[in-house]
Amino acid sequence: MSGLNIFQDLLVSAVAMGTPILFAALGEIITEKSGVQNLGIEGMMYIGAITAFLTGLALTAAGLPVLIAMILVVLLSAIAGAMIASLHAYVCLSLRANQIVSGLALAILGTGLSYYIGTVFITDPTAIISEKFTRFSFADGVTIPFVGEILRGFLNQDLLVYFSYVAVIVVWFFIYKTQKGLNLRAIGENPGAADAVGVNVKLSRYIYVMIGGAFAGIGGASLIISAASVGQWGQGMIAGRGWIAIALVIFARWNPKLVIWGAYLFGIAMALESRAQIYGWFDNIFILKMIPYIVTILVLLITFIFSKQKDIGEPESLAKPYDREER
Amino acid sequence: MSNAVVEMKGIRKVFPGDVVANDKVDLTIEPGEIHALLGENGAGKSTLMNILTGLYKQDGGELFVNGEKIEGKYGPKEAIEMGIGMVHQNFRLVKPFTVSENMALGTKGKFLYDSKDIEKKIEEISKKFQLQISPKAKIWQLSIGEQQRVEIIKMLYRGAEILIMDEPTAVLTPQEVKGLFDILRSMTKKGISIIFITHKMHEVLSYADRITVLRGGVALKTISAKDTNDRELADLMVGRQLDAKRMITDEVPLGDVVLRLDKVNARNDKGLLALDDVSFEIKGGEILGIAGVAGNGQKELSEVITGLRKVTKGNIFFKNEDITKECVQDIIDRNVAFIPEDRHGMGLANNLPATDNAILKSYRNKKFGSFLLQKKAINEATQKMVDDFDIKIPNIHCNVKLMSGGNLQKLILARETFENPELIIAVYPVRGLDVGAIDYVHQRLAEERKKGKAVLLISEDLEEIYKMTDRVAVLYEGKIMGIVNTDTTDINDLGLMMSGAKRSEA
Amino acid sequence: MIKVEKRLETPKYLLVLTPILSVLVAILFSSILLLVTGEDAIKALDTIFGGSLINWQEVLVNSITLVILSIGVAVAFKMVIWNIGAAGQMMIGMICAAGVALFVPIALKDSIFLIPLMALAAVIGGGLWALISGGAKAIWNVNEVITSLLLNYVALYLLQFLVFGPWKGVTTSGFPQSDPFPAAAKIATIFPTGRLHYGLFVAIAVVIIFYFLLNKSRWGYEIRVIGEGRNVARYGGMSLAKNIIVAMFVSGGLAGLAGAIHVSALEGRLSPHMNTDIGYTAIIVVWLSRLHPLVIGVVSVFMGALLFAETNLPAAGIPYEIAKLLQGSILFFVIAGDFFSRYKVKFVKE
Repeated sequence: MSGLNIFQDLLVSAVAMGTPILFAALGEIITEKSGVQNLGIEGMMYIGAITAFLTGLALTAAGLPVLIAMILVVLLSAIAGAMIASLHAYVCLSLRANQIVSGLALAILGTGLSYYIGTVFITDPTAIISEKFTRFSFADGVTIPFVGEILRGFLNQDLLVYFSYVAVIVVWFFIYKTQKGLNLRAIGENPGAADAVGVNVKLSRYIYVMIGGAFAGIGGASLIISAASVGQWGQGMIAGRGWIAIALVIFARWNPKLVIWGAYLFGIAMALESRAQIYGWFDNIFILKMIPYIVTILVLLITFIFSKQKDIGEPESLAKPYDREER
Repeated sequence: MSNAVVEMKGIRKVFPGDVVANDKVDLTIEPGEIHALLGENGAGKSTLMNILTGLYKQDGGELFVNGEKIEGKYGPKEAIEMGIGMVHQNFRLVKPFTVSENMALGTKGKFLYDSKDIEKKIEEISKKFQLQISPKAKIWQLSIGEQQRVEIIKMLYRGAEILIMDEPTAVLTPQEVKGLFDILRSMTKKGISIIFITHKMHEVLSYADRITVLRGGVALKTISAKDTNDRELADLMVGRQLDAKRMITDEVPLGDVVLRLDKVNARNDKGLLALDDVSFEIKGGEILGIAGVAGNGQKELSEVITGLRKVTKGNIFFKNEDITKECVQDIIDRNVAFIPEDRHGMGLANNLPATDNAILKSYRNKKFGSFLLQKKAINEATQKMVDDFDIKIPNIHCNVKLMSGGNLQKLILARETFENPELIIAVYPVRGLDVGAIDYVHQRLAEERKKGKAVLLISEDLEEIYKMTDRVAVLYEGKIMGIVNTDTTDINDLGLMMSGAKRSEA
Repeated sequence: MIKVEKRLETPKYLLVLTPILSVLVAILFSSILLLVTGEDAIKALDTIFGGSLINWQEVLVNSITLVILSIGVAVAFKMVIWNIGAAGQMMIGMICAAGVALFVPIALKDSIFLIPLMALAAVIGGGLWALISGGAKAIWNVNEVITSLLLNYVALYLLQFLVFGPWKGVTTSGFPQSDPFPAAAKIATIFPTGRLHYGLFVAIAVVIIFYFLLNKSRWGYEIRVIGEGRNVARYGGMSLAKNIIVAMFVSGGLAGLAGAIHVSALEGRLSPHMNTDIGYTAIIVVWLSRLHPLVIGVVSVFMGALLFAETNLPAAGIPYEIAKLLQGSILFFVIAGDFFSRYKVKFVKE
């Protein structure tokens, strides 16, 4: 294979690998912009994944057209993610618990619950969803060298990936251009100010925590039903992606547009695991598996080291409970 | 009284721990008046207004707005709809947002945020009420006075006809205060009613139409400003004669220079210059006051002396030794006492018992143990502090968050003076305290002076400065505007210096 | 109408009662889930708790690791440093201890100093590993939750790299594990039958030592104050960075010690068998115990039973995942239940 082809292949793979994290990080941006931190992404992604796997098996078996079935699967996984996220919302917002510990609890509970559901409901452990989203290309005609390869990297993907592009733009537009987005940013910066002008802080936060959960659910689902995935459920399959997503949010300074690059950077690190072996660059699987985590830690370090102190773009009231009558 | 815009009848509000903030409060606001709510800290003024704006829910009593009885759901949203807007002491503004964005916050029924539309409306209001502001400016870039203007515009933008101002002058210089009330007065001519909360009598007398005095959560009396004087108001407010007499009258022989600052510069948390060539000295046996509106470098000044903040240029000397580069621990070991501005977040650890708090400065001292802490010695020391300073606390193992503000400050005072310090840095030491506690703190500081100690008293209250200091330095935008002898200085001169005029011009 | 009021002070009985009730509710919740999904809930509970009574030695074996890990987690949590990387630090401890046992000079192979040496290496290794997060936190304020968590994966793959690669034994007939340690590297069992080993006394010692360190010593005082607030600590002249670094090192060092005991007493070699969720379990123990070292000792035994059940349930035909689910729900119900110890709920007539 030529160098450019390898480059294109790596890019296609990186974009596909980065997409689940992109979804999760987008959701977390929305949640954190509202002033709530949800460290339970890992658990929510597990719930999304197991939902996608079970509903995917059932719906394709029911004979629905593949595309319709897959869209339904995405929807159901989003709902499942939102529901499990509502636990975090309830414990943090209504019961005023520590958000960090509640997030950890959600990560543990979501993982445990998905494992249990998986064991109880999956009768055939070798079951695979064979009919999933498929790739289709928009950029086949572009023959300009390099540019063509880049375009095909981004535009030879499945519907979920294209949806993620749209989601980034929609989320960015919502946060920075709409009235509701303005309110959202305000409750994350100064909930007192928003409350004083009649924004329902608690209700809004509930909604945004659940939207964040829905995105994480889709992120988990995309590990099951995207064109790049195997279509199989397995314990440990999320493999820290939820935590990487949280790191990406910081790296992206809570900006949806920047989170794309972080997600694909991680995607490249993940894609290397398979590509390095295929192309014979390096073949120690364990070292290759470490790379995404080390990259994330390094990126996080660099973000903190090179940002002026206290100014990493974090919402001012992040993880601080708001109580109107607190004196 | 059918045309009253606001009527509050028999209002009662109780906070957790059975703290009665308001009881049987009656208040009537006439259209187009400036009505002052006068009372000391903790008299229940803010609570009463927070009920009117729907932030708190009253536990008893009735509320009428424009003759209409308020029933059922009533929150900030509903209050705004009824035309009630409040400008809080700490502004409810989103700092990273622009002025326009702050205006738009909470707007209903719009999908997109349209800055053009809002900028136009801001301009209209600016013109109508002569309130100049740039809609595109970010809040954090604005001065405090400008931020206050944004808050007022915000309320007018939201259709407020009843404007509540909570301690609006606390953050302003005397000159800015006049400007503010000129604006407020012109607003009343356009049909706006204004309620302002304050504890400053002279403001009430100069600017209000009617005055309601609150004490201990109860409304004592509503009087017309024309029919009263400061004597009567003071009597009502504190329940006794207020003495604006100087407290430190005895001559104390001045000792050696204890603290000397030589052209000290420092930056604030945002990295901006907060102290600009600050120089002064304090001798043993004198109290030096630092006057000025909060936010002009006071916090940073106290922090550079105590080692909490780096000095970027200049030197600090303690008894002729250079301590510029020393860390907090070194300064503590030099026996410098520090009564910080923030009692809860800095001076005390809320969820720890009094014993733990009592040794915060001296826990490294051998007498409290070298590796394991000596419980007995700690208990004895704490008990001594509690006894000596008459601190009200069920027992010394109680968490300090159960204590009242006055007792908390006594505990800090007790701890800070326990080791007989040479120098005491006191930052707003009586802020938020009741009269009894204020008196106590002041007497203690006066005693330290008498013992020949040096005291640096940072205050924004000119009455306190006059009462407690030998000399006073005025801090404005990080610069010392002048240092004068307190008893020979006119308070108005200080006021001018606080707004940036040099000593010579004043 | 329901009215919620903040309690100024939590009555002592509530501090004990809410976690216990929360655990019971979590057990109830899990039982219902078992029933709904058609499993035998009674049998499951009997396997978890009854089985634990019969196999008390195995339960305690699990508790030994858990106690040491949890005390380490508590040291960090007390000053509000979120060390989520106990599992990774433990694995590094395992690797360091194994490294000493495998590559020690012949002269030391039979020495009674071998185990202490392994423990020392593990403590230093685990401590330094934790310092990657701790140092970054202390110097640049880098979010330690994420770094410490992600380092778990790095440690796991490092462990696998070693046992599949350079440290793979010559006598292991192809299995990914190291050669067995010399006899002197093995912690002995207490009884002739069963796996309960002398590490138990190390665990007890750790509990007692850290009870005094955290609750009675000057260092514990600093940790307490820092946990209360960074500003008040600075005001008291305490160095934040120094304390974060020390606490993280101690926290990771204890996890490393747990790892050393694990490989030495149970495996006798370095193998990739590792419950990577044990760091989470330690967090649950710590939160249930309200960070109190002595209570951690007790709660670890209870959670040790749950860990044991994970290995015991499949034999009874019940998915072991229910034990994991139970752990997660316990933490959730505990923090939810805490509401009632922090707030008073009143029913008032409008």
